[in-house]
Amino acid sequence: MRRNIFRQELGLHLQSTATWSLSIAALIVVFTSLYPAFAGDAQLLSEMMGKFPPQLLAAFGMTGIDLSTIPGYLGMIFLFVQICLAIQAANYGFGLVSVEEREWTADFLLAKPVGRASILTSKLAAALVAMAITDAVVWACTFGSIELFGGGRPYDAGRIGLLLLSIIPFQLFFCSVGLVISLFVKRIRTVTPYAMGLAFGMYLLSAFGDMLGESALENITPFQHFEASSILQQGAWDAPLVLISAAVSLASLVGSYVRYTRRDIPSVV
Amino acid sequence: MSIIEANHLTKFYGKARGIEDVSFRVEEGEIFGFIGPNGAGKSTTIRLLLSLIYPTRGSATIFGKDCIRHGPEIRREVGYLPSEVFYYERMKVIDLLRYSASFYRRDCTKRMKELADLMELEMNRRIQDLSYGNRKKVGIVQGLLHEPKLLFLDEPTAGLDPLMQRNFFELIRQENQRGVTVFFSSHILGEVQRLCSRVGIIKEGHVVEIADIRTLQQSNYKKVRVDAAGLAGDHFALPGVTNLELTNGTVRFFYKGDINTVLRRMGEIAVSDVTIEEPTLEEIFLHYYE
Repeated sequence: MRRNIFRQELGLHLQSTATWSLSIAALIVVFTSLYPAFAGDAQLLSEMMGKFPPQLLAAFGMTGIDLSTIPGYLGMIFLFVQICLAIQAANYGFGLVSVEEREWTADFLLAKPVGRASILTSKLAAALVAMAITDAVVWACTFGSIELFGGGRPYDAGRIGLLLLSIIPFQLFFCSVGLVISLFVKRIRTVTPYAMGLAFGMYLLSAFGDMLGESALENITPFQHFEASSILQQGAWDAPLVLISAAVSLASLVGSYVRYTRRDIPSVV
Repeated sequence: MSIIEANHLTKFYGKARGIEDVSFRVEEGEIFGFIGPNGAGKSTTIRLLLSLIYPTRGSATIFGKDCIRHGPEIRREVGYLPSEVFYYERMKVIDLLRYSASFYRRDCTKRMKELADLMELEMNRRIQDLSYGNRKKVGIVQGLLHEPKLLFLDEPTAGLDPLMQRNFFELIRQENQRGVTVFFSSHILGEVQRLCSRVGIIKEGHVVEIADIRTLQQSNYKKVRVDAAGLAGDHFALPGVTNLELTNGTVRFFYKGDINTVLRRMGEIAVSDVTIEEPTLEEIFLHYYE
């Protein structure tokens, strides 16, 4: 790990980290501010929900959720938070190495007296810090908005804490999978489509899995591994699924190091 | 101990040839010219030596250490100016140079200032606002600020105006006098001839010749021109004669071998004018490419 690379990388991330953090914060605050209205019309709400096709409810992870309670409501809006976090993390993952190779700055960096593993570690550390900043904002906003808009209704802070902690392995999954894909793809021209593809792809898998009741798909997507409403209801992570997620992240990281330290850096022809 | 030693370096990009079986040595304190047209494998060779890419076969050492295994350690004493310079667009020149300097243990501030003054580089501009020539200057300062012992220059003068080129050559000569070894890749033969002591010629991925510039010019080839009335085209068709051209009673050719053979042939005819000279590097070079 090299401090100068870390600092340089973090500097490059800061603007995007600020944008993502503020957007996600706004999303949480705005949605939570609507909670009192939902809670007030609980009767009406469950009647309306009853009219929706069950498949649609499943797609949004809303089966068996009572939107009038704080955990129920949070479980619904947290899906959108997760989608944003997934795109952000995948963005960092896909961009980590590919940006240098797209803009041809890799020659500059790799001709310096540093090993490739240490370059990758420094870059990863910077991305992790950038994501941790976002996490801190998400945590503060979630508890803050519940306090503000919860109307004094009781909630289990421990369960919400567990949900908020699940963000970390969740982001790690998208960052590391993005990184390893970027190292095996020939050349990435723009990062965003890849990041969106990975994030929405995983979400769709999860949504289809719920709709079709297909549990095999659960194994693949972190949206199932860290499903908000189930964490809030159970008060625990689904251990086998979390382990799958962690294993995929770890394998991706190992794969990335192996690949990055052995690969040819492309040059202008 | 040689500063650079390449042993049968071979690089294929998939099926496409990069370089094949390239071997050479560069000794301490010399300026080694590496010449060949675009696509011959000059940059591939340099990028292999810097372990930006890995060889398909063969190996190389720098300062007696394996390029791949000791890469980071070697690169402490190596400066590199790539043929195409790309830097973080949004950074200011000064920040990029400071970032570059932060990779080395010694304090580079003073040398950085000197070099920037010499190359007339404006330090407060953003990289994205710089012209090609100015980016090249950033590259030069960046490659030299840590006072490396070995310099890789990959077509360094492209984009520099003649005045800057002169400053740059002067700078390289000074570095060389301080004992810096230079690996100078170029397709512009005039500059190689001005600067280098020894050259390697690379053609389609193979090194076809490694020699002293002077030996290359003196002992190998003579450029001969003979004016004589009624000259037959095949009069000088001897072994060792190449590029024979006959126009209006003037014959021109290159000759490699015992010069007396040619002189005897000249004695057989009524010659009105003769010149025998050393070919320029350019002519030697073209010769290798025919």
